[in-house]
Amino acid sequence: MTITDPAVGPPQHPAWTEIQQSPEFGSLRKRLRGFVFPMTALFFLWYMAYVLLADYAHGFMSIKLWGNINVGLVLGLLQFVSTFAITMLYVRHATKNLDPAAEKIRKEIEGEDA
Amino acid sequence: MSTQLAAEVSGNPVLNIGIFGVFVAITMVIVFRASRTTKTAADYYAGGRSFTGPQNGVAIAGDYLSAASFLGIAGAIALNGYDGFLYSIGFLVAWLVALLLVAELLRNTGKYTMGDVLAFRMKQRPVRAAAATSTLVVSFFYLLAQMAGAGGLVALLLGISGKTGQSVVITLVGVIMIIYVLVGGMKGTTWVQIIKAALLITGGLAMTIWVLAKFGFNLSTLLGAAVDAGGANGEALLNPGNQYGKSETSKLDFISLGLALVLGTAGLPHILMRFYTVPTAKEARRSVVWAIWLIGIFYLFTLVLGYGAGALVGPEAIKNAPGKANSAAPLLAQALGGPVLLGLIAAVAFATILAVVAGLTITASASFAHDIYANIIKKGKVDDKAQEVRVARITAVVIGLVAIGGGIVANGQNIAFLVALAFAVAASANLPTIVYSLFWKRFNTSGALWSIYGGLVSSIVLIIFSPAVSGKPATASTPSMIKGVDFHWFPLENPGLVSIPLAFFLGWLGTVLSKGGTDAEKYAEMEVRALTGAHAEKATAH
Repeated sequence: MTITDPAVGPPQHPAWTEIQQSPEFGSLRKRLRGFVFPMTALFFLWYMAYVLLADYAHGFMSIKLWGNINVGLVLGLLQFVSTFAITMLYVRHATKNLDPAAEKIRKEIEGEDA
Repeated sequence: MSTQLAAEVSGNPVLNIGIFGVFVAITMVIVFRASRTTKTAADYYAGGRSFTGPQNGVAIAGDYLSAASFLGIAGAIALNGYDGFLYSIGFLVAWLVALLLVAELLRNTGKYTMGDVLAFRMKQRPVRAAAATSTLVVSFFYLLAQMAGAGGLVALLLGISGKTGQSVVITLVGVIMIIYVLVGGMKGTTWVQIIKAALLITGGLAMTIWVLAKFGFNLSTLLGAAVDAGGANGEALLNPGNQYGKSETSKLDFISLGLALVLGTAGLPHILMRFYTVPTAKEARRSVVWAIWLIGIFYLFTLVLGYGAGALVGPEAIKNAPGKANSAAPLLAQALGGPVLLGLIAAVAFATILAVVAGLTITASASFAHDIYANIIKKGKVDDKAQEVRVARITAVVIGLVAIGGGIVANGQNIAFLVALAFAVAASANLPTIVYSLFWKRFNTSGALWSIYGGLVSSIVLIIFSPAVSGKPATASTPSMIKGVDFHWFPLENPGLVSIPLAFFLGWLGTVLSKGGTDAEKYAEMEVRALTGAHAEKATAH
C-alpha cells in the first residue's frame, strides 16, 4: 500500500518493529487482548449454550415462570441483556484503558515523521 | 394467490404507492445534494469519512435491518413462535464479534474495502483477488434475497399478483437504486439508510406500543392471546422446537444456522465497508455501539409484533395471504391502523429493500474497482483516481442490472434461506481470514488463500447439494429451490456447521504447510497501526 498511495506511508518509515517490541505497546496489546479474547469466549459459549438448550432441552425451556412467560423467553431476553452489558463494559474499558495509551503512541509515531 | 385475496390484503394500492413516492422524492433530493460534495475516491467509497459515530450507527442499523429481518422475523414468530425469536438473537449477538474483534482494527488498517485489510501484509494480487471474489459472491446472494423480497412484497402490498407486473416493479426498484448509488455514492447511500432506519424504527415502535396497549401492556396476556389464536398448535408457539425440533437432523441444522448467524455479520462486506465512513476508530466503535442498541431494541419490537400478528391476525390468515409469513407485519399494520398505517409500513418495507440493495451495490462495485481494477489490473498504479471511481460507477450499473435480472428469476424463492446462505458464506470465507490477519502473527498468504477459497467453495458446494436446493417435497413448508429432482447428499440446509470450522482449519493448515514465511516487518506495521490508529486514513476536508 505504500507504493499505491504515498499519503499512507511516508517515505521515511516509522520503526514499526521497534515500536511493536516496546513495553508501552506490549502493555496496550495485553490490555486489548486481555479484555476482548476472554469476553469473546464468554459471550460465544453463553450464546451456544443457549442455542443448545433451545435445541435439545425443550422441556426445561418450556417451564412457565409467570403467566405465559417461560424459561426460554427469559433466557432469550437475557441474551439481549448480556449483549448490551458487554457493549457497555467494553466501551468503558476502551475509554479508560486503551484510548489514552493508543493516543500517546500514535502521537509519537505521527510526530516523529511529520 | 388469487387477485381478489391480494386486493383484499393490499388495502389501497394508490395510497401505498403515493407514500412510497414521497419517500423516493425526498431521498432523491438528498442524494443529489450529497453528489455536490462527492469528488474524490474517498468521497465516493467512504462518504469522505465524514459521518459521525451515531450517524453511522443509524446507517448500519438501516443497512442491517433488511426486509428479511423485519418482515421475515416478524412472520417467523407469528407462524413458528419461539423459533423465530432465535433468529433475532443470533443476528444481535453477532454484533459483539464486530465490536470486540473487527470494527476498530479494520478502520485503522484499511481504506475502502475488506481486501485492503486482508491483503495488508500478504501478496497483494492473489489475496485481493480472493477477497474481491468472496465480496462479490456474498453481496450477490444478499442482493438476490432483497430483490426476490421486493417481488413478494409487491404481490402483497400493491395487489400486483402477475409475474410480469412484479417484474416491472423489481426493475423499478433496481433503477431507483442504481440512481442512488451513481449519483450519491456512499454519502447519498448513507443518508438513504439513515432516513430508512429512522422510519423503520419509529414505525416499529408505534406498532409495538399499539399492540401492547391492546393487551394492557402485559406481555403474558399478549402471549396468551397468540396461543388462543393459534388453535390446536397454539401452546407450542411459546416453546422452542416448533420449526427445528422435528428430527435429529433438523436439530443439527439449527446449530448450523445459529453458528452462521453469529459469525456471519462481522464478515459481511457491506457492513465492514460502513466502518470506513467515519473519521476515526473511536467513531467506528461509537457507531457499533449505536447499531447494537438500535438493532437490539428493534428485535425486541419484532418479538411483540410477531406474537401480536399471531394474536390479532391469526396464523391461518397469514398463511393464506399472498406473501405468506412475510405478510405478518403488514397485515398487523392493517389490523391496527387500517389502510393508512398499512401504506406507511408498506412504504417503509420498500424503503428498506432500496436502502439495503444500494449499500450492497456500492460495496460490490467498490471491491471490483478498488481491488480488481486498481490493484490487480493496474497493479496499484492508477494515477488518476477519477478513473477508478468511473470504473466503480460502471460496475454499479452492471451489478444493478444483474440484480434486476436475478431478482426476476429468484422471485418467489424463500428470502430467509437466501439471506442465511449469504451469512454462511460470509462466516466461512471472510471471518476466519479477517481474524487471523488481525491477530495471528504467523498467518501468511497461502493460509489466507486456503481459508477464503476453502470457505467459499465448501459452503457453496454444500448448499448446492443440500435439501434447500433439491429433494424436499413441494408440499414442505419451505420447499426446495429446484422442484422435481433430487441430487442432495448433504443433510443440512445450512452449511455453517461444517464449512466454518473447515475454513478456520484450512487457514491454519495452509499457513503451517507453506514454505513462504511471514513478513514480520509488515505485521509489526499492521499491528501497531491497528491498535493505535497511526497513519490511518483521515477524513477528507470540504
